[in-house]
Amino acid sequence: MLCCVCKEKEATVHLTQIAGDKMQKVDLCEECAKTKGVNDPMGFSLADLLLGLGASQEMEQAAGGTEARCPRCGFTQADFKKSGRLGCPECYRTFAEALEGLLKTMHKGTRHVGKAPESLRASRDLSDRIRALQKRLAKAIEAEDFEQAAVLRDEIKQASAQLGSPAPS
Amino acid sequence: MNLHTFLTPPAEAAKRRGPHDRIVMSSRVRLARNLKDASFPGWAKKAERIRLLELIQPAVAGLPDMRDSFVETMDNLSPLDKQILVERHLISREHAAKGAGSGLVLNRDETLCFMINEEDHLRMQALRPGLQLRQAWQAIDQADSLLEKRLDYAFSPELGYLTACPTNLGTGIRVSAMLHLPGLVLAEHINTIISSVNKLGLAVRGLYGEGTEALGNVFQVSNQMTLGDTEAAIVERLEKVLAQIIEHEENSRAVLLEKKPKMVYNHIGRAYGILANAHSISSKETMNLLSLFRLGMDLELFPGVDRSLPDELFILTQPAHLQKRYSDKLSAEERDVLRADMVRERLKQVSRPVTPPPAAPGAELDKPGK
Repeated sequence: MLCCVCKEKEATVHLTQIAGDKMQKVDLCEECAKTKGVNDPMGFSLADLLLGLGASQEMEQAAGGTEARCPRCGFTQADFKKSGRLGCPECYRTFAEALEGLLKTMHKGTRHVGKAPESLRASRDLSDRIRALQKRLAKAIEAEDFEQAAVLRDEIKQASAQLGSPAPS
Repeated sequence: MNLHTFLTPPAEAAKRRGPHDRIVMSSRVRLARNLKDASFPGWAKKAERIRLLELIQPAVAGLPDMRDSFVETMDNLSPLDKQILVERHLISREHAAKGAGSGLVLNRDETLCFMINEEDHLRMQALRPGLQLRQAWQAIDQADSLLEKRLDYAFSPELGYLTACPTNLGTGIRVSAMLHLPGLVLAEHINTIISSVNKLGLAVRGLYGEGTEALGNVFQVSNQMTLGDTEAAIVERLEKVLAQIIEHEENSRAVLLEKKPKMVYNHIGRAYGILANAHSISSKETMNLLSLFRLGMDLELFPGVDRSLPDELFILTQPAHLQKRYSDKLSAEERDVLRADMVRERLKQVSRPVTPPPAAPGAELDKPGK
């Protein structure tokens, strides 16, 4: 069996990791195992290694063979293949398509549901409120309660104006 | 600022107590954060890293919780000081390898530690003795909420906090606990536990490296997935798993004592014998034996001995801490001799383990354990 990193030497280090119901296997030659830090279990995670391998393949497919490059920092998929790390926050937009499949295998979901900076929480709450108001407006119109509908319409207008005001992204 | 005078002396550090600290040595919650419009540290040029450090470090040091903290750049710390920080679990090995453009802010009581320009611009962690994941999460959440007003974080509504490595994306959280599991190791149940914990999507690492049989029977359990779940849910999941592991460890100890008491006493007695009498001992062997000494303390085989002694020796006998006590550069062989001298001296006051008297003639014998 050949090493799945260099694809040259005989693989002597075999790793298996089970996460959830997914099993992942990696076969490495001694040299690649060393450079990937497999001998240093403290700093090593199979996920990181798989990331470097699987990710680059997915990225190559997504980029259709051409070298995608981050417009902000100049990071390329080759760099990603080498380090398993991205170049800058903007890279997530540049390589979004390729990363999606990868994130799916790596994480529980592909959408963040945790903490957000307060400035964004406010706008998140606001858009939730607008959506709720719009529902009530539709109901009011259906019930021909035009007085109430007018009030709701004004509230929506006001909330939308707030949302449109320079809310930090 | 002098790191040596700043850090809590090992004798005091070993006295920190927390819930379930017989088994859970410490709890930690780490958050990864990055700044908008800047390259991640691994890709940024040195000038940019220095600029970011000079922006982030004062923002962190200015937090109310960080009054009188230790603020330093990594190029100003000696390799020995960095190694001491690693041995105290305050910074990662990766961070210890950094130089100009990376830095550190550590608060007075060593419960909050910020690594600047490690893999991410900011790696902040809250540490607590014993099992206190929730408290650690609250502490770091609070610090993070204050910092977001001073620093412009890279955040996407869909993907959350953007990190250098996609494995940390979303919450950027790593919740972990350091566990002392000699019972599970002696009962040979540890591998079953590790694989079932892995199946739950959690990682188990030997704290001091060396494959699955962790040095000193110390294991670190942490979450791996960071995207698609709330921080609170991740903390809660880990708490549940830890409660199970604690129960299994306690069970293993009880069963071993009942079924194979001689095996347990043999291990602890031999560990005591070597620690109290050796004239040269490696760091690795010391940790493994101190683990058994610690187990002996838990089983009340060393009455009257201060509970913190094995933990203090755990810190003191590691290479950099040992080196720090002597001005001359020591070779590994010299360290082994000085380590043995120190441990022997400290165990002078400790009497042999108190075990049940030998079986009377004619009584039923223990089945000899392994």
